[in-house]
Amino acid sequence: MPQNRTLCMTQADNPLLQLLGIHKHFGGLLALTDVTLSIRQGEIYGLIGPNGAGKTTLFNILTGLYQLDGGTFNFNGNTYSRCKPHVLAEAGIARTFQNIRLFPNMTAQENVMVGRHLRTQNGIWAALRRHPAARREEKESAQRASELLQFVGIHRSPQTLAKNLSYGEQRRLEIARALATDPLLLALDEPAAGMNATETADLKRLLHTIRNQGITVLLIEHDVKLIMDLCDRIAVLNYGRKIAEGMPEEVRSNPEVIAAYLGGNPA
Amino acid sequence: MHKLLRNRKLHLGGTTLALLVLPFVTDLLFGRGWVRIEDFALLYIMLALGLNIVVGFAGLLDLGYVAFFAVGAYTYALLASPQLGLHLPFWIILPAGALLAGFFGALLGAPTLKLRGDYLAIVTLGFGEIIRIFLNNLNAPVNITNGAQGISQVDAMRIGDFSLGRNQELFGFAIPSVHLHYYLFLLFTLLVIFVTARLQDSRIGRAWVAIREDEVAAEAMGINTRNIKLLAFVMGASFGGISGGLFAGFQGFVSPESFSLMESIMILCMVVLGGMGNIAGVVLGGIILVVLPEVFRNGAGPLQQWLFGKVFIDPESMRMLMFGVALIVVMLWRPAGLWPSTRRQRELEATGDAAEQDTVYDSGR
Amino acid sequence: MEIFLQQLINGLVQGSVYALVALGYTMVYGILGLINFAHGEVVMVGAMVALMSINAMLGSAFPPAIILPVALFAAIFACMLLGYSIERIAYRPLRHAPRLAPLITAIGVSIVLQTLAMIIWGREYHAFPQLFPNQSHNFGGAVINDVQLAIIIIALLVMSMLMLLVHRTRLGRAMRAVAENQSAAILMGININQVISITFMLGSALAAIAGIMVSANYGVVHYYMGFMLGLKAFTAAVLGGIGNLRGAMLGGVLLGLIESLGAGYIGTLTGGFMGSNYQDAFAFLVLIGVLIFRPSGLLGERVADRA
Repeated sequence: MPQNRTLCMTQADNPLLQLLGIHKHFGGLLALTDVTLSIRQGEIYGLIGPNGAGKTTLFNILTGLYQLDGGTFNFNGNTYSRCKPHVLAEAGIARTFQNIRLFPNMTAQENVMVGRHLRTQNGIWAALRRHPAARREEKESAQRASELLQFVGIHRSPQTLAKNLSYGEQRRLEIARALATDPLLLALDEPAAGMNATETADLKRLLHTIRNQGITVLLIEHDVKLIMDLCDRIAVLNYGRKIAEGMPEEVRSNPEVIAAYLGGNPA
Repeated sequence: MHKLLRNRKLHLGGTTLALLVLPFVTDLLFGRGWVRIEDFALLYIMLALGLNIVVGFAGLLDLGYVAFFAVGAYTYALLASPQLGLHLPFWIILPAGALLAGFFGALLGAPTLKLRGDYLAIVTLGFGEIIRIFLNNLNAPVNITNGAQGISQVDAMRIGDFSLGRNQELFGFAIPSVHLHYYLFLLFTLLVIFVTARLQDSRIGRAWVAIREDEVAAEAMGINTRNIKLLAFVMGASFGGISGGLFAGFQGFVSPESFSLMESIMILCMVVLGGMGNIAGVVLGGIILVVLPEVFRNGAGPLQQWLFGKVFIDPESMRMLMFGVALIVVMLWRPAGLWPSTRRQRELEATGDAAEQDTVYDSGR
Repeated sequence: MEIFLQQLINGLVQGSVYALVALGYTMVYGILGLINFAHGEVVMVGAMVALMSINAMLGSAFPPAIILPVALFAAIFACMLLGYSIERIAYRPLRHAPRLAPLITAIGVSIVLQTLAMIIWGREYHAFPQLFPNQSHNFGGAVINDVQLAIIIIALLVMSMLMLLVHRTRLGRAMRAVAENQSAAILMGININQVISITFMLGSALAAIAGIMVSANYGVVHYYMGFMLGLKAFTAAVLGGIGNLRGAMLGGVLLGLIESLGAGYIGTLTGGFMGSNYQDAFAFLVLIGVLIFRPSGLLGERVADRA
């Protein structure tokens, strides 16, 4: 088993996320076939593959938007099946979306505060009475949101509407919103899509910082260079099957992977 | 800062005074009929604010909202009239009506809130019609609602000997019954405004707006969308129930006719025309849509007389015609409503940046 | 058994009308994602225009075989013009506005049309003249008359023509393309404004035909007739799965059947507690029931949320 590069103490026997023989089909279309993978606590795990390979489908299963048709889905010591998205969010899986899905008419700060929803308690009575405890919780949420905005590098007024942020800022706001849920696993769907070189470099630093805080990162990306630089381990999907898994160097030289990307038959 | 605060206090004081003397001034200038119209305006504002929670905050299109108004009104009428021989005090019936309306909200919402926008719209519309049809027909074999004739001689609201149904003498002033109702309704309206304003700026309010903006993202961020939507539905319904009760006590009479689909549509128009999601806008929408048709009704006849020397179109038709035209024109002119949400203003104040964006929420398509 | 057969016939007749009107709702919804609230009033206008044309020609020497088609075409023409104008005035400027804005203008148009009709034609019920002798046929104990027979046949014909148009012609392909993806359709060189206008006009033509059918069947025309009919037809479209043409037809016929069978049997079913006056409630209860179990209607596609 390859050792994790940054954490010398591996938790190989106790992975954070473990997928065993996952199946998913839409009508007659097999989107995922027998996909097995496990992600360890504290690593940055990359998921690559050509368009339509099933990467986003896998994400949607992890976050409860789709229900799996077969296989086992273990996360942080629990098995999940037919769980609603909010349950998985509470379990500690937070995500971003390939085609940014912010709350466009809410401010940047409010967007992140929505991410705090799950870790806060204020209900109707708290809203109406605004007793000290309720105020404190609200203030803490706002405070935390501002910090997270700074953390991901949005230095504009937190009162800016999400839709008026720049493209790169919107991508980072999604990350801040996901971080606000206190996740164990942060799942990013093509976070660097549409970013320029500087922004991508910033993103790389950001993801390293996030990981160093102990948050496991799962990422789908098309930018092969980014993923090779960033990830501890990589899995490659093609036509809904996992065709390779391992450290970047291993995957890079895998003939089946080369074939999948360049076309043609594996040697 | 100090000056600002004093300014605000002055402002508040001025508004309060204006609201307090309004019925007397109206009575003096336009006659008592207009005070009654003000009473109705307040009732509709409450309804519109209730619906605003559902449509404006949570983004759930409800075309049968009047059903909850009906539940509140009939609860009051049944528990305080000779119909069943019950005469309970209003401070018991009003909360009962709100609870029952909320219960109906949950009953309708629980199975249907997973439906997409327009499907939900038609289901709520159907529910509104079902309630009305039942009210219309529950006079046989057992007479509960007295059918299309409705329930009359509903008790006025009273505390002890002080009844709002009669003119009262207070501090040497003679205060007519419509004025008394005005003050009661004003109190409730302010309460409703307070509640919605507090909710809007809270964890729950943010969750509602998040669902409206992007339900999938909201769910993925850990919001239990079903419960939160249900909460919006139940809150909205119970506001409807309260105004229904007030309506019954004020009117002294309820019949299914008052709870037609057109009423639901009217309330929805108030919300959208005023500015969905914005409390001040919704209040404005409520005032306009109650007062304007009355102006048309009273002004259309004389105006035609003056212009053409004779009345071509009867005032009632004229009122509807102008109402329809106004809806079209206003929406074409300001698709986000007359007074859209203040978020945008807040942002402008905060950043001074003026990126142009005309509509407040672009369709979720 | 006779009752059953009779209610079945009545339901089919009513259902055919619902289906035609429901098609208008579903076509517009399929393309614009908009509830065309004013569609019911178009049905009413169609009936009124037909009535006026017939009354104008009745005294003349024209035989009924000419009067009816002329009235039909007058109604269709008027409705198409109306449908076109409604879209241009009330919906097109709002195509990118918040979703509820066009719904409110639609309601506005509906109110304006209804009030105008009331001002022009008055509040009274107008008799719709019987142009042809209307014979009744005995059919296994139940009765069906010529008008009802004609309604079912014409509805079938019109619907088949519409299906052909949508699935076999260039125009139909353009309509389907716009419904599927507007921006892609523009890129493919489709004039979407034109397609949308034509869709409104087609729907309105169907509404005109439906308007004449109801008037001929019940023998009366009234300024308020479009409202409830439109509501029911919209319900039918949702029942079948809105945006889906076959769904609208199925939903229309089903709703007609549910209503008439419901009205016939509800008394027996509830032990006399509820009478046929609950007919409307029954239709909506069925709708709610269906949507709880099939959230996208009977033939609607399941829309998976794309992330």
